Amino acid sequence: MKPKHLKKIIYHLLVGGFAILLLYPVIWLIMSSFKLSENIFVTAQSLIPNPFVLENYAQGWEGFGDYGFATFIKNTAIFVAFVLVGHLISCSLIAFGFARLKFVGRSFWFAIMIKTLMLPYEVVMIPQYIIFAELGWLNSLKPLVVPAYFGHPFFIFLLVQFIRTIPRELDEAATIDGCNTFQIYYRIILPLIVPALATTAIFTFYWTWDNLLGPVLYLNSPAKYTVSMALNMFLSNETVSNWGAMFAMSTVSLIPVFVIFFIFQRYVVEGISTSGLKG
Amino acid sequence: MQSHMKQNLWGYLFIGPFIIGFLAFTIIPIISSLYFSFTSYDLFSPPRWIGLDNFTKMFTEDPRYLHSLKITFIYVFAGVPLRLAFALIVAMLLNTASRAVGLYRTMYYLPSLIGGSVAVAIMWRQIFGDDGIVNLALGVLGVDPVRWFGNPTAALWMLIFLSIWQFGSSMLIFLAGLKSIPLSYYEAASVDGASFFQKFFKITLPMLSPVILFNAIMQTIGAFMTFVPAFIISKGTGGPLDGTLLYSLYLFKQGFEFFHMGYASAMAWVMLIIIAILTSVIFLSSRFWVHYESEGGR
Repeated sequence: MKPKHLKKIIYHLLVGGFAILLLYPVIWLIMSSFKLSENIFVTAQSLIPNPFVLENYAQGWEGFGDYGFATFIKNTAIFVAFVLVGHLISCSLIAFGFARLKFVGRSFWFAIMIKTLMLPYEVVMIPQYIIFAELGWLNSLKPLVVPAYFGHPFFIFLLVQFIRTIPRELDEAATIDGCNTFQIYYRIILPLIVPALATTAIFTFYWTWDNLLGPVLYLNSPAKYTVSMALNMFLSNETVSNWGAMFAMSTVSLIPVFVIFFIFQRYVVEGISTSGLKG
Repeated sequence: MQSHMKQNLWGYLFIGPFIIGFLAFTIIPIISSLYFSFTSYDLFSPPRWIGLDNFTKMFTEDPRYLHSLKITFIYVFAGVPLRLAFALIVAMLLNTASRAVGLYRTMYYLPSLIGGSVAVAIMWRQIFGDDGIVNLALGVLGVDPVRWFGNPTAALWMLIFLSIWQFGSSMLIFLAGLKSIPLSYYEAASVDGASFFQKFFKITLPMLSPVILFNAIMQTIGAFMTFVPAFIISKGTGGPLDGTLLYSLYLFKQGFEFFHMGYASAMAWVMLIIIAILTSVIFLSSRFWVHYESEGGR
């Protein structure tokens, strides 16, 4: 064999092999969800479920108490939808203001916004909790979704960067044609920033879907639980050691994440590469 | 003059939501948090001013706090550099013209994509169990099984491994950075007979240093705030023997389990100060290692 080919084979064995090694736990989780609960750790060394069963899914889907897993998925979907709409509207408006309008104090507020990027949530967590408690918003989605309607620094920054790449001549031409500022935002800029809005939507989905701390703080009746909280409950009820159901529902919780990723891969990869969004 | 006013009005109309949200959800809470940090407050009776007591208690009477701070530092300073190192090595391996690169890139990114989820934390908990696949693999290599949940140090490393496992998003950023380095630099270096390591230290690292700086800062902040894996893997206890009691988890427990809201607020402020110092140190150090093209090399 030519040395060049050998080099190539070694490269693929190394890089591909390491990738499979990293993903092995995930594959193991998924395959184990099709094993009988009592077999999962006895046959941990094997990936092939024998026998192949779906009962973990049936059991997990029943949820716990009076609430099935479908309820938790529905709750999470509503949560995500409200945050998504909030981020898309507020972040695009705010980003347009920062990127295109000249006004007194713009650089001041922009600097403030960038600073809030680095602010640990822990610092505002307790007072926010007290404020929302005073408002009587505990055990509702409001504390989790209302802030989304006031922008999110990461996405504002992402959109500002994107809007800055759009030629200003477009705005000027629209002004000559009689558009006011809002029409420029709505008719000119908004259609052109769809790719960046897609990135915003995708990452909003991921972060909201995975959010555990927020729901743990604010939701306390099982009827309102999100998927993350439900999985946490499975773990707390682990005494019965029903691994199978827990693995099955963990797998279910990952499906939307994978599906969105494979459909919109381009936006995800570009979003991370260009803005440094953490995935 | 009139149009000036109008411009300002439009500007504030558009960024208005940000300003309102900033005041309501950031500034007012920050100021309240500062006030609470000097009080004893259990949420049910009004806060009582106790001066600096929370802060002195933290550093003199609360060994659990100091322990939590210590393991968080270990978590951050072991996890972040290793994560960035893996990200850089894999990015360099993937910076070739091979057709499989797209597939590999996706595969290496997937752990980052799902890494923050409860599902993955549950998975991690199980694979490090006494009869989990990690111990099986160690057995194959002839290493004695480790009781990951029986030993606080091992438990902390379990969390660090989880953090390193998610190097994919940094890897993507580095890969984009590597692709923007002009090939002619490497060609010129090759003509001059530079070795692989010379190219790496004289071209790749300096050209990538601004991206590395940005990542180092964001990842350090993020790592300091890690909550979900510690919460799930220890089932909310921070155990074994507080081995996974990361700062955020301890703060959460102080606030929402023991209802020491004043103490938890003080902890949050110390966290903010530590993060501010860490970021400043990284920034200041960047003078010596970050290379900016546009400013003639510095």
